[in-house]
Amino acid sequence: MNSIDAIFTDKGRKTLIAYITVGYPSIESTLKAAPILAEAGCDLIELGIPFSDPLADGATIQNASFHALQNGVTVKTCLETAQKLSKQVKIPLVFMTYLNPIMHYGFDAFCKACSESGISGLIIPDLPPEEGIELEEAAHRYNIHIIYLLAPTSTEQRIVTVASHAGGFIYLVSVTGVTGARKDLPPDLKSFVSRVRKATDKPLCVGFGISTPEQAAEVLQIADGVIIGSKIVRLMEEDGSLSKVGTFIRDVRGVMNTSK
Amino acid sequence: MNTLPDERGYFGRYGGEYIPEVLVPAFDELKRTYDSIKNDRSFWAEFKGLCRDYAGRPTPLYYAEKLSQHCGGTRIFLKREDLTHTGAHKINNALGQGLLARKIGKNRIIAETGAGQHGVATAAVCAMLGMECVIYMGEEDIRRQAPNVLRMKLMNAEVRPVTSGSKTLKDAINEAFRDWISNITTTHYLIGSAVGPNPYPMMVRDFQSIIGSEVKQQIIEKTGRLPDYIIACTGGGSNAIGIFYPFLDDKDVKLIGVEAAGRGVETGKHAATLFAGTPGVFHGAKSYLLQDSDGQIMETHSISAGLDYPGVGPEHSYLKDSGRASYVAETDKDVLAAFHLLCSIEGIIPALESAHAISYALKLAPKLAKDKTIVINLSGRGDKDMGIISEALGGNL
Ligand SMILES: Cc1ncc(COP(=O)(O)O)c(C=O)c1O
Repeated sequence: MNSIDAIFTDKGRKTLIAYITVGYPSIESTLKAAPILAEAGCDLIELGIPFSDPLADGATIQNASFHALQNGVTVKTCLETAQKLSKQVKIPLVFMTYLNPIMHYGFDAFCKACSESGISGLIIPDLPPEEGIELEEAAHRYNIHIIYLLAPTSTEQRIVTVASHAGGFIYLVSVTGVTGARKDLPPDLKSFVSRVRKATDKPLCVGFGISTPEQAAEVLQIADGVIIGSKIVRLMEEDGSLSKVGTFIRDVRGVMNTSK
Repeated sequence: MNTLPDERGYFGRYGGEYIPEVLVPAFDELKRTYDSIKNDRSFWAEFKGLCRDYAGRPTPLYYAEKLSQHCGGTRIFLKREDLTHTGAHKINNALGQGLLARKIGKNRIIAETGAGQHGVATAAVCAMLGMECVIYMGEEDIRRQAPNVLRMKLMNAEVRPVTSGSKTLKDAINEAFRDWISNITTTHYLIGSAVGPNPYPMMVRDFQSIIGSEVKQQIIEKTGRLPDYIIACTGGGSNAIGIFYPFLDDKDVKLIGVEAAGRGVETGKHAATLFAGTPGVFHGAKSYLLQDSDGQIMETHSISAGLDYPGVGPEHSYLKDSGRASYVAETDKDVLAAFHLLCSIEGIIPALESAHAISYALKLAPKLAKDKTIVINLSGRGDKDMGIISEALGGNL
């Protein structure tokens, strides 16, 4: 079994997912952050491989990607980082990146390298399932899930198509927009999640824009998991000791546990 | 007859729809609407009417006698897209997509622009059709194409400076996509070249192929036969595919795209995507692109903002691999010389983009027999480039 599937077998526990950009603010901070996140209560970590043109990302992750690349981060750096981290943390690691760096590496070679580095899944915002056939085949050979995304604009038919391809869980993009912390959850989130729920039994995790424990708790009333990205990246920027990030995740976990 | 792209938006192995999920329904709607107008006579009648009465088409095919003599006698014709309203071929596509957006029922238009020509064309069409218009333009391009920024503003467009990445065309496209992702239900993204996800490369080609269709008729009227060579500058590739497309099945007509070699392809400071790039996925389609050993998109350089782009339309990638078209690259230095030559011997000030095509023709023509004919797509006029030219001359104009 893929380790991502294992985290969703405990129906009593909601899933908390953190995103960090590899190499931002520095490689050292990435290496330090993952164990802190795991310790504080995360169930899965998304490691962002920086891309030069992240067109589904808002200002925070754009900036993180830009600086990570300036710091000399390559796909190889990310694989090495994953390998180190997978020995230190027990929770699954996935990569989030855009298609081109993967295609350039070669689909088969990349999936092989991922599996050797302890990566369990891939999230690729510019890869809809229609274009994913070849990568899916490679991923399958190495027991790696491709985690597809759905958006509030997705039609019922689309939900069925994406769900039939989805590995691990489905990433529900909460807003019609790019990544980035937002003050309020979109009003139509509930109906969006329930539309997807009706069409599939796959685990549903909601991301984009979530930045407070209260928002996370609200999301978890309707979804199986919550994904927090920009907020974590910002906290890592603000506080190099990473104690703010640790506290934040513990707070989220705390609210998740009490509001069950 | 060429029937590409296929139903999945591919030209051979290039093209496709590598788009974020949020955009999928908008693309479905766009494809459906485009399908429905493809054979709708009234749509094309309106398009052609506006091309004629608003944009000033057909544009002339001018026999450049002095240029021809300068090159040893091979006859060179210039397709005068520079004479269109707003000054470049970009108006053809802006009109087509503007009408399409109206058909879809979207009243907010966003677009990217490099040289500013597409921004100006889009602003004009939006003003004329009564639509809201937001143009994304890299800060670097705002600086070097300032006259066009003012023109856009005069026609009520909002120009939003883009400060990310290289602050040029590719970053303006990223920012336009982000806007679109956030405003998908109200907004149409009026992409300015034959790039991006399906159906854009096909749509833009279809609207721009009015150029090639006119040339075909005009050259036969003037010379009694088809040309031997067609030469066009190639950034994203819209003026090139527009003039090539109606000739794809005329195998004796050689098609040549001219990219920007910048300071020289060997220096790495260039934008010669087909000439020096490798296939990958960028801005929603699989095509040649300029990328580093890690699959990151490279920064480009060209004296012409409109060619300063690390990608190219997928149909050109297909034409390159199939050998139907060939692609060369001209340096800033040679392009400037060609620019000055055309100004001084023909009294035509070309856009720096178009001067790339002239520059290559100056090298090709002297090698050809006198009975050969060359058609160059003079994609736009150079008024916007006065600042760059004066800078290149060290202020000594
Ligand atoms: C006059 C002119 N020619 C050519 C181009 C390049 O675009 P394309 O390759 O799509 O024709 C531009 C773009 O701004 C332009 O303004």
